[in-house]
Order: sequence, then C-alpha cells, then structure tokens
Amino acid sequence: MARGTLARRRPRKKSGWGNPIVYLAALLLIGLMLGPVLYIILGGFRTNSQITVDPAGLPNPWVFSNYTEVMTSETFWRQATNSTIVAVTTTVGIVVLGVMASYVLARYRFRGRGAMYALFAAGLMFPITVAITPLYILVKDLGLVDTLPGVILPQIAFGLPTTIIILVPFLQAIPKEIEEAAAIDRCSRLGFFWRMALPLSVPGLITTGILAFIGSWNSYLLPLFILNSEDTFTLPLGVRAFASQYSVDTAKVLAFTSLSMIPALVFFSLFQRRIVGGLTGALKG
Amino acid sequence: MQAPPPSRARRRGIGWAQRLEITALSGPAIVMFVGFVIFPVLMAAYYGFYRWKGFGVPTNFVNFDNYKTILQDSDFLEALWHNGLIVVLSLVIQGPIAIGLALLLNQRVRGQSVIRVLIFVPFVIAEVIAGTGWSLMLQANGAVNGVLRSIGLGFLAEDWLANPKLALWSLMAILTWKYIGFAVILFLAGMQNIPEELSEAAAVDGASYWQTQRRITLPLLGPTIRIWAFLSIIGALQLFDLVYVIWGQYVAGTAGTSTMATYMVVEGRNAGNYGYGNAVAVVLFVISLIIALVYQRFVLRRDTEGALTEGR
Repeated sequence: MARGTLARRRPRKKSGWGNPIVYLAALLLIGLMLGPVLYIILGGFRTNSQITVDPAGLPNPWVFSNYTEVMTSETFWRQATNSTIVAVTTTVGIVVLGVMASYVLARYRFRGRGAMYALFAAGLMFPITVAITPLYILVKDLGLVDTLPGVILPQIAFGLPTTIIILVPFLQAIPKEIEEAAAIDRCSRLGFFWRMALPLSVPGLITTGILAFIGSWNSYLLPLFILNSEDTFTLPLGVRAFASQYSVDTAKVLAFTSLSMIPALVFFSLFQRRIVGGLTGALKG
Repeated sequence: MQAPPPSRARRRGIGWAQRLEITALSGPAIVMFVGFVIFPVLMAAYYGFYRWKGFGVPTNFVNFDNYKTILQDSDFLEALWHNGLIVVLSLVIQGPIAIGLALLLNQRVRGQSVIRVLIFVPFVIAEVIAGTGWSLMLQANGAVNGVLRSIGLGFLAEDWLANPKLALWSLMAILTWKYIGFAVILFLAGMQNIPEELSEAAAVDGASYWQTQRRITLPLLGPTIRIWAFLSIIGALQLFDLVYVIWGQYVAGTAGTSTMATYMVVEGRNAGNYGYGNAVAVVLFVISLIIALVYQRFVLRRDTEGALTEGR
C-alpha cells in the first residue's frame, strides 16, 4: 500500500530545488506543528520560575531534575507498565482475531458472508464514545472494573472493524493459483492460512498492529471509565492525575507528559511509512 | 455497504469440515464484537428507559422521561449546538487549508517525505498530552501570550480558554493543529494517484497551473475529500477527550465548548445517573447514525460502492 503511493510519485521534470516560497511555507508549517511538542519537551528542562518569568523561553540553564524525578518515581513506571501491558495485549488480540475473521471473509464462500462483512463494517460508524456508558455497566457486571482486562477486552472488540476492513483486501489479493498449487500439494485450507496467507499478509498485519498499538496507548475515555485507582492507571490517566496533583509544578507536569508521549513517537517514527501508507491505502481499498 | 466478492468460487458445496473452520476462525471475533460492541449499544436503549443509579437491576421505568429531559435541557441543547458548530467549522477551516497544503507539497519539493512525517506528528500524540500541553500554553500567562508579547503584539494577549467568546475558536485551532496532518496526508495520496498524463495534456493545451488544479486536480480529488469529510463529521460529533482534558467537567459549559459526549459523561457517570447517561448515549448514537446515513445516501453515493466501509 505504501509502495503504491510512493511508486506513483510524479517524476521530476527538472532537477533542482523548485520554488523557494514552498520551502518557506513548509518550514513555517513544520514550526507550527512541532512548536507545542517542543514546548512540552523543553518545558520539562526548565524550572517553574523560568516558566513563570518567560513562558515561551528556552531552558536557561538546563535543568534535568524534573525528568530524573519522574523517571525515578514508582508511579510513572507502574503506569508505563500498565500502558504497555494494555497496548501489547490489545494489539495481539486485535491482529489475531482480526486476521482469522478476515481470512474467512476473504477466502471462504458461505451463506451469511455478506451479513458478516456488513456487521463489522457497520462497527466503523460507532466509535467507543456512543457505547461507553453501557459498556462500563457490562464491564462492571463481569467484575472487571479497575482491572486491565476490563480495558483490553472492549478495546479489542472496538478495534476489529478497522482491522478487518484493512486486512480483507490484503488476503483477497493472494492469487488463487497459489492456493490451487497448495491444494495440489495436499495443503489443507487451514494449512494454507498458516503457511501462505499469514506470511504473505505480514505488511497488512504490521499496519493494523501499529494502528492498534498507538490507538490503545493514547486512549483515554475507556480507561477513564474502567480504571479508578492509581495502581491500575494507564499513562493518559496518569498524566491527568499528575497534572492535578502537581498543578503548581508546571515543569514537572511537562516532564511527565513528554516522557509519556515518547513510546508512541518512537513507534511512529520507526514505522511512519507503514502508518501513513496504511491509512491512505485503507482509504483506497 | 457491499462485501467484496470472494476471490475464489468453491467447486463443491460447503461441508461440515468447512463449517467448522469458518466457525473456529471467525467465531472469536464475532463473539467479541457482538459482546462488547453490539450488546452494549442495545443495552443502552434498554437502560435509557429507566431512572437508575447503576446498581442491581433497573426497576424504575420512566418511559420517555429521560429523553424529554435531555431534549429540554438547555445544557444539552448548547452542547448539541457546539457540536454542530464544530462539525461545520472543522470542514470549513480544515478542508481548504489541507487542500492548499497538499497542493503546495505536491509540487517538486525536496524532503517531501520528511515534511509529510513531521506534519503528521500531532495526529499521533495522545489527545490527553495535546490537551495538557495546549491548556498550559493558552493560559493567560502561558506561552502563546508570551510569544505575542515578545514580538510586540502584547495587546492581542487574551485568556484564550476561559473567555466564552474565544474558547470555541481556541478549540478549533487546537483541533486543526491536531487533525490537519491526517487530512493533508489523505489529500496528498489522492493527488498522487491522479494520472500525470491529465495535467500534461492540460499543459499542452496551454492551461495555467491554477487552471489545471481547479479543473483537473480538485474534481478528481472529490472522492478523497468526501470520505475525509465523513470521517471529520463523525469525529466532531464524538469529540470528547480534548474538551474534557482542557476544560474539565465544570468549565466546558460556561466557556461554551461542551459537547454531547462531555455532557453524557458529566450528567451520566459523574452524577451517578446511569439511566440518564444511557439515554444521552442513545441520542448521540441516533444523531450520528442519521447523519452518517444521510451523508452516505446523498454524498458518498456517487463514489465507488463500499467507499464508506473502506474509509478509515
């Protein structure tokens, strides 16, 4: 998917740098987009008095105590661990369940197949917001309030539609000749799934996995309803709790905030081509 | 919403072994999806008819009273109005800017991939983090006013978050910052899929750059724009995280930025009125569904079949 976008990039007619105004505008744009991010990161290297005196200034001198205090606090690491457990489990759950269902939708023909596809596709229109109140009651009835599975299970369910919509075309694109050849070699359909379809759809699995991971890492509403003690908080809840607890210590809040955004940013920069390509590829089907 | 045709027709009918495979492979996903997505939505409709504090079985059946209360509550109507404004303003502000930026970046630019990645960064950052950062920056003594003062525009310094005349516009600015990268990426991808031959042919016929963009690029970008608009509308209707993080549960109403979702959380969960909260969820759900269906029927209809289902 990403390849398709890149491969069709317009060929250069003339070598050279093109219009300088374009670069100026691009630079301005990047400054606007990254300014707030830099504000958070750099603010963590300042003291509160620096921030009060000159809210938009640079660290002078650089202070590292905010970051070291957050990094040595038990709360931060516990919440980072919670976020990691939730995000990894959610991602695995979404990808495993999603690829199994997508394989059925892509390569089996049976009555009710269209209905099944429509069921998942309809799920795209219902973000978790509209179901959050009854979902909380369901999780409560299951006895999972204030536990990580109480967040993980609904997240898997709500992540399935996007995953399935992205993966079905992937699995359909595997040429039928390969499946026929496999059948001649006495490969069952399940064997084909395991040995051929899965390896061939790895790019799609990675795209959906990254989207699921970042979505889970950033999610706020569901954990807000389900988790209510600091021991089970994920980082977004932790950031809010920290911000209200240390509301006078702006510099420390900024340090905590910027540390909690690092994993998503690292993940994104490692896989940015797949994320961007996956989103646009999904759009084109 | 039609399923794509299966890639391969089966020669024989479907046997028990295949049924077993289908069940084993798709069963877990269906159970999870029905259990945690469909079932709660249906239960919301049921709970919405009760006055209920969330403990035990709801018994106090109040018929449509919750819905009457919602539709007469000025707080909800204000939230609905804010949602409507956010939907329209998001389209009107983000759409033209994103198309402009995509046109700009679609030219011969060195380092285009780096630029694409960098403008996408705000989209990847958690709403909570963006909200925390912006709420500090937009305070009366925050960084934004600091920058304004340092460049001699101190008279423009305002209380961006608490002033009811400005708060919604501050929110729009934050939303634009957070989500414009997504729109630009989509539009760029759409533009790069337009065959080069078309603009070359136009150039041969003597068309200027702007004529080419207006007569060729924009019309061919139509499907991408329409799907982006759909995603933007649905997102704006569900808006919660940023508002709740920046304005909290009490200030959003007075600052004029409350949304249906923040109303639902404040009046439902925070107040302990779960029956009422579920009724608000149903209203939010129905409004979103109607808008989605109308949009699909009248706007997306001309695009390829299944475009809606693939747009995410």
